[in-house]
Amino acid sequence: MGPKQDVSKFAYSVVAIVIALLVGAVLIAVSGYSVKDAYSNLFMGAFGGVYSLATTIVMSTPLLFTGLSVAFAFQCGLFNVGAEGQLYVGALTSAVVALGLGWLPPVLRVVIALLAGAGAGALLGFVPGYLKAKLGAHEVITTIMLNYVATFLTTFLVKTYFKDPGPVDQTVLLPSGSRLPELIRGTRVSLGIILGIAAVALLNHIMRRSVLGYEIRVVGENPHAAEYGGVSVSAKTVQAMMISGAVAGLAGSVEVMGTLYRFIPHFSPGYGFTGIAVAVIAGQNLWAVIPAAILFGALQSGGQTMQLFAGIPMELMTMVQGLVILFVAAPALGSLLFRLKIRAKEGGGLE
Amino acid sequence: MSEFMDIVFNINNLTATIRMAVPIALAAMGGAFSERSGVVNIGLEGMMLTGAFSGVLACQITGSPWLGVLFAIIGGGLVGAIHAVLTVGLKADHVVTGVGINILASGTTTWLMQVIWKRKGTSDLVAGLATWSVPGLRDVPVLGTILGTHSPLVYISFLLIFLGWVLMFKTPLGLRIRMTGEHPEAADTVGINVRAIRYFCVILSGCLAGLGGAYLSLAQLNWFSKDMSAGRGYMALAACIFGGWNPLKGLGASFLFSFTDAIQMRMQTSKLRIATELVQMIPYILTILILAGAVVRSRPPAALGEHYESGQTSK
Repeated sequence: MGPKQDVSKFAYSVVAIVIALLVGAVLIAVSGYSVKDAYSNLFMGAFGGVYSLATTIVMSTPLLFTGLSVAFAFQCGLFNVGAEGQLYVGALTSAVVALGLGWLPPVLRVVIALLAGAGAGALLGFVPGYLKAKLGAHEVITTIMLNYVATFLTTFLVKTYFKDPGPVDQTVLLPSGSRLPELIRGTRVSLGIILGIAAVALLNHIMRRSVLGYEIRVVGENPHAAEYGGVSVSAKTVQAMMISGAVAGLAGSVEVMGTLYRFIPHFSPGYGFTGIAVAVIAGQNLWAVIPAAILFGALQSGGQTMQLFAGIPMELMTMVQGLVILFVAAPALGSLLFRLKIRAKEGGGLE
Repeated sequence: MSEFMDIVFNINNLTATIRMAVPIALAAMGGAFSERSGVVNIGLEGMMLTGAFSGVLACQITGSPWLGVLFAIIGGGLVGAIHAVLTVGLKADHVVTGVGINILASGTTTWLMQVIWKRKGTSDLVAGLATWSVPGLRDVPVLGTILGTHSPLVYISFLLIFLGWVLMFKTPLGLRIRMTGEHPEAADTVGINVRAIRYFCVILSGCLAGLGGAYLSLAQLNWFSKDMSAGRGYMALAACIFGGWNPLKGLGASFLFSFTDAIQMRMQTSKLRIATELVQMIPYILTILILAGAVVRSRPPAALGEHYESGQTSK
């Protein structure tokens, strides 16, 4: 696929978001709210001022990782719906390691904690990869089941072993030496966003320039041809799921070490699932994960403002994500709507 | 240890097993029809959730739980129709569409719940379905305890699952459905309308998953709560595969899930001090194990997940 097609595909995705927001507007109006109120708050909450922009970046950071995680698995023909669970195990592992290694110098501590989070995510990614490769169990079902397992397991571990001695089930706060440095003073924008962009660059390099990346792409495009050409489909499946899991694990690590400074059960508002929407929009181009993540980060932070000031529940954004995925999954849907409009103009009926 | 034995070998577990198998078995039958016709249906979860929601909403508006059940079937069927239009009509990827549908259903139902009932986690209470007690059967020892008194939907569902099995394996329409999923070209050649069969099966699967949802929100509970299907749609898909795309065997597989679910519920309220979270993990881990064990010896419909256009020579 050439860069020109990439651009037109991305443009279509943006149109898909606009259509989804229009559908959202209809629902807002039908429910008796003011559309103008809703969407002006949405926009101001996302871009209106330094604080809003900072929130958008903070919200985009985990999405950069989860989106990259899902998009990377897509390259191998795998659908990782388990980023949410991988995020939770990564988050808890990083929190525990960062707290436990207080005697190490800060830089080393942060690096080890990040690697540990990635490792935990990779381990959780290994399970569906292995089950798919060896037994043919569909990764969509296994990864979703593992989301539930990971959520329950991390909650259990925090309650039982790593609980802050207060009334709330959460870990203690990370000391400043275990945190990711702040990029903009007074906001929660951390080094995480830079790490996310670096991760996109790294995986893009692996996909384009390495043997592993080439083999993963071949498996993704045509597993039979890959096997015939001497590429082990099962080995690539396991490796791709582990890399995908590691990146999703990092989403949790970065969130804990750069934004929350502690692990709180159920902290994620569905970053793993929003990552699917990000990846679907990005398509085959990993670089496109960056603008897509920022777009959904903006919808997320704007959605919060909309909920706070216009009283409109922010689950509206989940709905928009679902619609976007459907629109992009069926490009014909967009052109169909367009065709219908033309036919209506010409005064002709449907087929 | 004896306490543990008491929990596992308790006759009430079997009663609960029967009860909790219903939503999974209904959706599993839906999955069987959809996939036998060649359409992967990951969207069962969203169809079930939509059914649960529309059931409660219709019940609140009309005051009749039975109308609630009807609208749950319609709601699930509408989501099934969306899946059918996208996958069969517009040739979208089945799996991506299914996942999109689930996210859309979760967002829409949660959003509408908050807009309509102004509450964060649940809807208002509505009039649920009263239970039926089968005269004669309820007085038989043991069997009466297990089967005698249930929601009417339990008996209706078992009947539907049997009828579904008859439809799939004993009727000409069932043969056409199976042929469509195995070899659409051949089906087309002998004059079977592949598109119509697929539309029918996917919409039917939505109706069945929607009925399963109504069971959750109008029989098991009598309210709607955020994401209340809690992965049962995916479990149903695992049960469908484990049951070899056969409604009756799918029911058998559903009993496995609901039995562990029953034990899980009992453990949560028992004196055994096992952490709730660990116990709650059991059904999900079981799903993974069953799926991993099942697919090795199962063979899905040959043309599952593929698009078909009448008149195309090769794929």
